[in-house]
Amino acid sequence: MPLITYREAVRHALAEELERDKNVVVLGEEVAQFNGAYKVTEGLLAKFGPDRIVDTPISEAGFIGMGIGASMLGVRPVMELMFWSFYSVAFDQILNNAANVRYMSGGQINCPIVIRGPANGGTNVGATHSHTPENVLANHPGVKVVVPSTAYDAKGLLKSAIRDNDPVFYLENTMLYGEKGEVPTEEYVIPLGKADVKRAGTDLTIVTYGRCVHHSLAAAAVLEKEHDISVEVVDLRSIRPLDIDTVLASVAKTHRVLIVEEQKPFCSVGSQLAYMIQREAFDELDGPIHRLSTVDAPAIYSPPVEAEQLPNPQRVIKAALEAMG
Amino acid sequence: MSKKSTANAEKTAGASVNAASPAQAPVNAALSREDKIELHRKMVRIRRFEERSLRAYQSKKIGGFLHLYIGQEAVAVGSCSLMGPNDHVITAYRDHGHAIAVGMDTKPLMAELYGKATGSSKGKGGSMHYFDPSRNFWGGHGIVGGQIPLGVGLAYGIKYKGLKGAAMAFMGDGAVNQGAVHEAYNLASLWKLPVVFVIENNGYSMGTSQARSSAGELAKRAEGYDMPWGQCNGHDLYEVRAMMDKFLTLAREKSQPSTVEIDTYRYRGHSVADPDNTYRSKQEVEDYRRTKDPIQVFQNQLVEEGVLDEALIEKIDAEARAEADTAIEFAEVSPFPTTEDIQKDVYWESDHPSERKSQGRLFFD
Repeated sequence: MPLITYREAVRHALAEELERDKNVVVLGEEVAQFNGAYKVTEGLLAKFGPDRIVDTPISEAGFIGMGIGASMLGVRPVMELMFWSFYSVAFDQILNNAANVRYMSGGQINCPIVIRGPANGGTNVGATHSHTPENVLANHPGVKVVVPSTAYDAKGLLKSAIRDNDPVFYLENTMLYGEKGEVPTEEYVIPLGKADVKRAGTDLTIVTYGRCVHHSLAAAAVLEKEHDISVEVVDLRSIRPLDIDTVLASVAKTHRVLIVEEQKPFCSVGSQLAYMIQREAFDELDGPIHRLSTVDAPAIYSPPVEAEQLPNPQRVIKAALEAMG
Repeated sequence: MSKKSTANAEKTAGASVNAASPAQAPVNAALSREDKIELHRKMVRIRRFEERSLRAYQSKKIGGFLHLYIGQEAVAVGSCSLMGPNDHVITAYRDHGHAIAVGMDTKPLMAELYGKATGSSKGKGGSMHYFDPSRNFWGGHGIVGGQIPLGVGLAYGIKYKGLKGAAMAFMGDGAVNQGAVHEAYNLASLWKLPVVFVIENNGYSMGTSQARSSAGELAKRAEGYDMPWGQCNGHDLYEVRAMMDKFLTLAREKSQPSTVEIDTYRYRGHSVADPDNTYRSKQEVEDYRRTKDPIQVFQNQLVEEGVLDEALIEKIDAEARAEADTAIEFAEVSPFPTTEDIQKDVYWESDHPSERKSQGRLFFD
């Protein structure tokens, strides 16, 4: 299988879906002429033209709201947020309109919109540009939330997201755009809501997603080699819908759990996971559920310190050893 | 009145209707006797529906808010009467008039106010959230100005699909100060999207008068976005139709967006929870009602034209009252949704389980 980057995988998914369905349009800041702020959409304008690949003004509430309205008429907009951090200026559109319009209309309206873009820290851009809002988004019934960690997952999940009839929020990671992975040339899709065991193990389950999958896999290798601890890494891939069954199956095997997330701890995705695991697998647990999150403060600028504020392999190793008691 | 008067065409670049002859405007001259009676009937039906809903609210049959449109009927009826098959409407929370104007049945509308399963949104939306996509009516939105970008999206959809149509995005005078409205103006004008922004200026954003909330002329802000604009009186249905026809035609034929400010008035408080005793006088309401009531004004015009007579006026009114009573009876006897219904209509996928492609849990407890 060819090795392509995460960035290319997202681009290929967009191109294939643009090719497949003429109702699909890509809109966002700098997606067309500039070829994408992170070059995800590079070349799409040349291939699909200005009616399908559309540069928007810096006007998130306006263009996201416009996409929602267009989706109600059957257009399938894929909207790029240059950073998911900018969701806050479009919050009303995303979480009042897209999330609620089906419900408030008694099921008369579909909103098949995808909003995608990077949501991560680690790039020394300070607190305003480093938000990870998957917990905030997933708190709203009516929406779906996806956070791919690899090129393979990125492509297959985005294709599913674009074909989905509900609003799907797809959170990428600028730190992963250059990561290469094997991606088949033939078409495939990955259903939303299906977790993936990225590494099998018997002593400790790490439940994670996004970039923290990579930290966890790096930590697992060290834990195996230096501490003789066999770690299973479960990549959620999708936050809502949530494949809790794969998590519970792993817990039944290892009996110990560490949640690793690039989230602020209070009411995080991990908080929800911990609740569900203790509720549904209490008897399987040999110890309390542990969690490693981002250190609870706004994202610090200082480059070497930001690396320590976020989960990283060393912090995962330390947390894993604590979880093993 | 602390409301600013709308500017006239002599002083501004905005369009106005020749006040001497809106009835003779081609779009009105083309109306048949039956058409005119139906326009009148629609306004009366809205009025009686809302008066009846207010009584039900006062009897505690209806929860939440109830924002009545009484006094503004000619705006929705006049504008929506111009809709063709590819024209679409979206509005804010004062939406009963638009819903009836686009042709929604009053029984499910009343049942929705009652929170019943037979309501237009199955009791899930309430007064502020009426929808009927089959009639190109996209709500019914609760956040001031939040629906305006969606209206631009409807226009984008019309244009993207290559259809000849227009979106009407209604808002109140308070909405013009929301950022989302200005972002929507810019996108519409930048991309030449077929939308008419309609400001229903009733003079008050809740209890704050226009003079206390908005700088400058409201419609004139369109100039900053290089959009044509117009102003007209909202108590005269002919005038509303003449003005809206001009700008709807511009949208449909040339994909030119515009803003129309329609001067109107609401007799009731912001919602029925507003005691209406802090920001305007009873005299002000009474003066408008006496001289500019849109139903009375149109009725007088139609009597003068020989279209309406006393007997027909009585008959239309009696039928509208009976219809409102029938809607109440329908709402009264309808069942409430069940607790099982709470989690329906959340996701398309959970409502179509056989077509579901995703896996995992969509709902949590």
